[in-house]
Amino acid sequence: MSGPDSNGRLPAATTHGPTPAHGAPPPRALPGGGAMRRHVLIAVVLNKPGVLNRVSSLMRARNFNIDSLAVSHTDSEDISRMTITLHGDDVAVEQAAKQLYRLIDVLKVQDVTGEPTVQQELALVKIRATDSTRAEVLKLVDLSRGRVVDVADGSVIVEVTGSESEVDAFVALVRTYGIKELVRTGAVVMARGSGSIEEAIKR
Amino acid sequence: MTIAKGDPADPPPTATRPTTRRSHVPNDGTAEAAAVERARKGMLHEGRDLKRTRIGADVLCEALLRQGVDVFFSYPGGVILPLYDILGDYPELRHVLVRHEQGGAHAADGYARVTGRVGVCMGTSGPGATNLVTGIGTALLDSVPMVAITGNVPAALIGKDAFQEIDINGITLPMTKHNYLVRDADDLPRVVAEAFHIARTGRPGPVHIDITKDALQQETRAQHPTEAEIVAGLPGFRPNLDGHPRQLKLAAAEIAAAKRPVILAGHGILHAKAWDDLVAFAEKAQIPVAWTLLGIGAISETHPLAYGYMGMHGWKHVNRAIQSADLLIAIGMRFDDRVTGNVRTYAPYARIIHADIDPAEIGKNVAVEVPIVGDAKRVLQALIGLVDEVDPSTRADYFAQLADWKEDSLASSWHGSGAWRDGLLSADYVIERIGELTDHQATYVADVGQNQMWLARYAGFRNPNSHVSSGGLGTMGFSVPAAMGAALGRPDRETWAITGDGGFQMTFQELMTLVQDHIPVKIALLDNKKLGMIRQWQEIIYAGNYHSSHLLGPDFLKLADAFGVPAVKASTPAEVDDAIRFAQGVDGPALVWFETAEEQNVFPMMPAGKGLSDLIEKWGGADE
Repeated sequence: MSGPDSNGRLPAATTHGPTPAHGAPPPRALPGGGAMRRHVLIAVVLNKPGVLNRVSSLMRARNFNIDSLAVSHTDSEDISRMTITLHGDDVAVEQAAKQLYRLIDVLKVQDVTGEPTVQQELALVKIRATDSTRAEVLKLVDLSRGRVVDVADGSVIVEVTGSESEVDAFVALVRTYGIKELVRTGAVVMARGSGSIEEAIKR
Repeated sequence: MTIAKGDPADPPPTATRPTTRRSHVPNDGTAEAAAVERARKGMLHEGRDLKRTRIGADVLCEALLRQGVDVFFSYPGGVILPLYDILGDYPELRHVLVRHEQGGAHAADGYARVTGRVGVCMGTSGPGATNLVTGIGTALLDSVPMVAITGNVPAALIGKDAFQEIDINGITLPMTKHNYLVRDADDLPRVVAEAFHIARTGRPGPVHIDITKDALQQETRAQHPTEAEIVAGLPGFRPNLDGHPRQLKLAAAEIAAAKRPVILAGHGILHAKAWDDLVAFAEKAQIPVAWTLLGIGAISETHPLAYGYMGMHGWKHVNRAIQSADLLIAIGMRFDDRVTGNVRTYAPYARIIHADIDPAEIGKNVAVEVPIVGDAKRVLQALIGLVDEVDPSTRADYFAQLADWKEDSLASSWHGSGAWRDGLLSADYVIERIGELTDHQATYVADVGQNQMWLARYAGFRNPNSHVSSGGLGTMGFSVPAAMGAALGRPDRETWAITGDGGFQMTFQELMTLVQDHIPVKIALLDNKKLGMIRQWQEIIYAGNYHSSHLLGPDFLKLADAFGVPAVKASTPAEVDDAIRFAQGVDGPALVWFETAEEQNVFPMMPAGKGLSDLIEKWGGADE
């Protein structure tokens, strides 16, 4: 049987192809490929055991990387709401939303990226605060509209809320004093106006 | 309490014993402790009370019967024994004792594909459950309606690494349409009904139900839900069946404007039982039909508008038609990479109408001009009403071109003499003879690899649901067990399992099931003493570096004899017809061992990553 030739190169494949008169066609566009940006998906799901696992497992299996995920039940005990932030191009995130819809426990998925929304995140930061720096730290906390929730010898715990970038800014600001611990909830997002994703489901 | 990885173990406890134990084991005397103790005893003590009451296992059998299940494929084990204890009370439920749970899952799959009904397989916890996994994955990738049921350890022992406990729910979660863990017999009627509803509604797929042993044993009076109650209980599952009227109008306009349209028919046509609608639509609009591997049978190959099988090993003329088409009408298919090759060079002149019941499939692999979300039957029926009747003469030039290409393509890679250049049987010839001698009316079940491609190309399919093949997952060893289910599903048809020596050696233990249950599967074993498709890729893509593609096989006649399966061997073209007729004449399972050419390739072939215009049609010798 013949394999590669003496140069180790394979023989050229026998090719054929349609040859309508107007020259080579442009390559077919692939789905997606647009600019990557941060997207916010709101998923309303049945509050059942394992539903968080289903959502996170699907995102992993479909190669989407979740930036943050916040979950809690809604006003109705049997329905939970997830706020998922992820980076991707518009088509890829649309695909993520469609895949989420395939889950039986998912009632509604909405990409609110382009819509006017309220976005808030809460962070607790345990900041090193010695006698010499405590006053400065407290001043910064005050300016950033943070709140001290615990004071101990050598440290304070500060609560800040705001958009992701506001929390980022505060964390950057106090980093020079030393951050002993940091925990963030991830963004929770709600569309502005009187429309309601939860009422839409009930209808 | 803070625990970090790598921390040293706690120091030994001091002399004073704490009043509460510092572990998750419940304290003695509590209700939890009593439950764990009962569960442990239950694991050791089998058997039910002599006084017969309705238990969870009864509910399961009732629910299966209500769903119209007549046969299921299973293997007993410790925690599922409560079911086996009462199975004798349900003689209308046929239980097929498989030899390996994977075979049971494939059999349920084969049954589902030929009947369009939901296939059912079962296994016990632990290894029984994990053995089902390959079959469940096969069903998922090919959208086959299946309900897989496993037993699990008693609820109180879950999470304690009990004997034969594995987190099977976690394992099947990403590879089922939905899955359940049932700990309470009162939930069983609802869960089983939901599982069947989900498995067959919308885009079909496998659903897994894990049932704890105590739920199977528990007394219950729970009633079975009505169809309306099931739907009401699944608010997140409302598949969209009707295509959007605006999209359908757009599609009709595209079809009216197209000069070189091609229909791409997929598995969705078969799932929706839309084969007649497909033919009516194609005839009215005079559009040739190409099909995917799983779309085989959507239109009879004898129909004048049936053009052929597309893709990596599809017909050259079909791929050529797709590459020069100005409109593709894709129905119930998903533009798999085996169909498109390199998407950048796929159908470069075509606009695409894509109708699928699963919105996630649309725009996933290729960007399309007209997306339609809906059931293939309803979409086709709507389109038939919207398109104009086309006079074939207006497409005369197009049809002449297609006929030219077809003539040119059929002449290549065909060994009408029956022998390949090494003198041994040519596999394409063998497949063609099986098709002819069964009058193209059998069910043909492929394994995976070269045999699968030869079957798809040369058997000549006439009927819907007559071709069973593991397309998406490409599961070797699929053929024999799937044929077992297919034969039980359609006993009115002859059932042929087409397999290679590689795949056959993966699951041939099911021969014994065929014998024990007297299931008349005819097995065509194409033995090239190679992992043929591996060898082909190694020859063409890996510069002839044949590592591990040479496969030693047993004496298959002796093997079949040991199982009690009548068998015959054919090595020359003259013996082929007699061998096939021998198998047809056997009442029960039979095996034909075809000694085929060792180095025959399936051509044409689209190398992975290349486009449909880059087909390899010849390699090495003059007569592939």
